[in-house]
Amino acid sequence: MKTRTEIVLAGVGGQGLILIGKIIGEAAALYEGKNAVQTQSYGVASRGGFSKSELVISDEEIAYPEVMEPDLVLALSQQSYDMYRNKIGKNCLLIFDSDTVDSGECSGKAMGYPMTSAAVELHSLKNLNMIALGILSGLTTSRDIFITGFPSYDSIRKSLEQNSPSQYRHQNLEAFEHGFKLP
Amino acid sequence: MTQEIKFLQGNEACLEGALKAGARFYAGYPITPSSEIAEMASQRLPAIGGVFIQMEDELGSMAALVGASMAGAKAFTATSGPGFSLMQENLGLAIMTEAPCVVINVQRSGPSTGLATKPAQADVMQARWGTHGDHAIITLCPTSVQECYDLMIYAFNFSERFRTPVIFLSDEIVGHMREKVVLRDDIPVVDRAFPQCEPNQYKPYKAGDDKVPPMAYFGSEFIFHASSSMHDETGYPNNTSQNADKVIRRLYEKIYDHRDEISITKEFETEDADVLFISFGAAARSAREAVKMLRSGSIKAGLLQINTIWPFPDEKVKRLALRAKVVLVPEMNLGQIINEVIKFSCGTPVFGINKVDSTIITPLEIVNKAKEVLQNA
Repeated sequence: MKTRTEIVLAGVGGQGLILIGKIIGEAAALYEGKNAVQTQSYGVASRGGFSKSELVISDEEIAYPEVMEPDLVLALSQQSYDMYRNKIGKNCLLIFDSDTVDSGECSGKAMGYPMTSAAVELHSLKNLNMIALGILSGLTTSRDIFITGFPSYDSIRKSLEQNSPSQYRHQNLEAFEHGFKLP
Repeated sequence: MTQEIKFLQGNEACLEGALKAGARFYAGYPITPSSEIAEMASQRLPAIGGVFIQMEDELGSMAALVGASMAGAKAFTATSGPGFSLMQENLGLAIMTEAPCVVINVQRSGPSTGLATKPAQADVMQARWGTHGDHAIITLCPTSVQECYDLMIYAFNFSERFRTPVIFLSDEIVGHMREKVVLRDDIPVVDRAFPQCEPNQYKPYKAGDDKVPPMAYFGSEFIFHASSSMHDETGYPNNTSQNADKVIRRLYEKIYDHRDEISITKEFETEDADVLFISFGAAARSAREAVKMLRSGSIKAGLLQINTIWPFPDEKVKRLALRAKVVLVPEMNLGQIINEVIKFSCGTPVFGINKVDSTIITPLEIVNKAKEVLQNA
């Protein structure tokens, strides 16, 4: 049985992908007693350019810290969608922002949600990452899709509260809840 | 005993370890991928009565460390390749004046500015020989966030115990990786030995049998002179060849005579290993995964993970290499630590697995190379 869950969060620098990676990782490691490793890759620009955050979650000790065969990919830009769409296994979920990504054929299961418009309608584009996190949580909690190792709604929410500065906590939670209901 | 468990970056764990070890002085110039250490030190140190100084550059940072160390503080800095190059001159000053301090180098891809945000493991020989002249150095390499914390305490302990700078050679992958870490308090903290003689009898560079001189601090009643020039036990210049020979040998032997105390390695399934990997830092994580993959395919593989890279664990390498059919050395450079391994491999064939495209070596790359060399062995 597969014990290693691998998640890629990919997009553009400044979208807050590392933060949601940290939130998921901390939820798994501190609130669900699992092992989790979060790594990141980014360019020299603080905004713009390809950026990704990777997570490995397992009940066992994690030796290799990066993703080998992802179970779940979040793509918040065209470049990141194109990078993964033909590289993933047939059971891998590729969740993308349908407002900004033109979906082409995909070797896995691609599912788009209007994340940018949801964020802008709620508050602003700054909430895109929290909308996306909510969608991932909502999807993995639903009956149809089950990703072993993805932390529960309660753990993610707790970790999100811990990792939000007080002035943004309310807004972050609101965006997360909004995203949670989208799938 | 309740110990705090957190989900931290390697760089953050370095800072936690430094504070646990008693570090109270940081001087540095922020540089990717080490900047989180400076950022956190700037907030945490002043809050506990420590000092944080953002310096004009890395030459000044290293000089400030020597000064703070002489004044009695446990001092440290964090940098990456370009800054580490600039620190080499005053790193020599710290060695010569025997000023304990810890220099963290979170390695990135070079040469020069290189790829500022991408990893490499190419400063291994620079850590050993970057500053001029015959000298010994202690260098520790972490492979996980927990090791960032644990080994940072050892780094300070070794620097205090042996009155020497210690290089903490991390890399971008380990530095930016987040993992669970126990902020344990069961590693004893070592402080430098203070002179037991009368102040007027104090000779700052007179060592006992263990070759490490007790250290007073500036501002105490023990007045002393510290010089980068060749000096004798009094600290004042002495240019005789007899003295130079004595001092250079003592500086070397105070570390090499205590290798057993300093050497930290970990072994994974080495007992019956036909394929022996020898690695360090982020690459050792890939090698561990490769061990699992090869074992599941009935190939007996094992890993010697080197945490104390300098002094090099030559006896351990000899012992394990003798039993193996092949030795493979994965490292994110074009071949640095492999040359040390070859020196002590006792005739067992040694192969490098080298990668310099700024991405981590994957377990599959290691597995494939291992199978290839086994076939020809």
